[in-house]
Amino acid sequence: MDPVDRRKFLKITGVSLGAGALFKIAAPALGEGGRLMGLLGKKNGERPTPFSFVQFSDTHVGFNGPPDPLGTKAFERAVDMVNALPERPDLVLFTGDLTHESEKPGEHADRMRLFKKISSRLKVPLVKLVPGEHDAALDGGTLYRDAFGETSYAFDHRGVHFVGLDNVSHGKPVVGAEGLAWLEKDLARFPKTAPIVVFTHRPLFDLKPDWEWFTSDGDRVLNLLAPYENVTVLYGHIHREHVHHEGHSTHYAARSLIFAFPDPESGVPKKPLPFDEKKPFENLGIRRIAESGDAPPRIEEVSLTLREYSGTVGIQQILKEGENL
Amino acid sequence: MSILRRSLIVFSLLAAGLAPVATRAQDKASPRTIAITAKRFQFEPKEVHLKAGERVKLAVTSEDVTHGFFSRPLHFDEDLTPGKTVEVPIEAASAGTYTIICDHFCGSGHGGMMMTLVVE
Repeated sequence: MDPVDRRKFLKITGVSLGAGALFKIAAPALGEGGRLMGLLGKKNGERPTPFSFVQFSDTHVGFNGPPDPLGTKAFERAVDMVNALPERPDLVLFTGDLTHESEKPGEHADRMRLFKKISSRLKVPLVKLVPGEHDAALDGGTLYRDAFGETSYAFDHRGVHFVGLDNVSHGKPVVGAEGLAWLEKDLARFPKTAPIVVFTHRPLFDLKPDWEWFTSDGDRVLNLLAPYENVTVLYGHIHREHVHHEGHSTHYAARSLIFAFPDPESGVPKKPLPFDEKKPFENLGIRRIAESGDAPPRIEEVSLTLREYSGTVGIQQILKEGENL
Repeated sequence: MSILRRSLIVFSLLAAGLAPVATRAQDKASPRTIAITAKRFQFEPKEVHLKAGERVKLAVTSEDVTHGFFSRPLHFDEDLTPGKTVEVPIEAASAGTYTIICDHFCGSGHGGMMMTLVVE
């Protein structure tokens, strides 16, 4: 039996920026933790080293009208915000619904080009994407693949295995037999200790089936992931924050950059929360998560104001406070 | 419908406290058929009422594009190909309100395409 719990040493800490979420991989270099990182490196092929990454979701480029008349403004501000971070992230992950579909000839492709134009301003080494149903469900992902590449794929970064998983392009909320077979083969290369981050669009568990907040074969995905000890699943689709624990995996939903949905348990219909011109980004909010290893993750919700959102000073202060959590 | 598919539906409906038509005694009256149409972005009628224990057959037809017809508690998930009627036989054992949604993305109004089954 190992003298230390592996999961306590490979922490992933999330700090919501209101416009996305900043995740930090903490991998100690010295002491018992450092010895464990060395063992992981031997088993996984690459020793985990500290880095941070950001999740954006549901930018819906091209969406026009209520409940958000501001279009891409929140997205563009989020890009500026990440570029102003004192510690530059290695990676930005987008968890789907990059664009809003259009059946007008050429318009959806134009929206994908606009998404590329805005996201290309991110001053980070890596940007990775998966589609949402608004990007890829109407045409089976043809246009998305032309613009952005494969809808499911994997890559390794600093000892962490990232899996982008498509659960939208079949039209229904499903990964599908081919996707499941690919995932099984991909994961088989790794020891159970490998840190794995899955990023996808829809929740892989039954969060609210009546609102189509589920993946019909998500249980099969989770069964494939179940043996692995360090699994983080990042998703979008629900336009609000949510944290879910299942086995060794923790599932985080990111807020949208276009509008918010209400709490499905509140008994209200599934309709976007109304836009308030006096508080245009109120529903973006701020979330901070800190995993101590010994206790459940600490989650702190902070209401976002225009003043906090309008400059980098507020964000830097938030990050500074986050370091002390 | 294949034997395997019918068996799966029978099992699913039993698990939901509902009984499919095929398991009932043959001397019972034929189930009431309720026609439902699907088109972007609504089902018609939007609400269907039945009495607890009543057997019905939902006959669902898409009039435009491919839609879905899904309910987790009622255990069905059908694809609606345009012009082809799909029959969903159910018998509600107890009162309740069930939401049925389109789960095959059909365009910008897809997220609000749903109907209600009320068992009284």
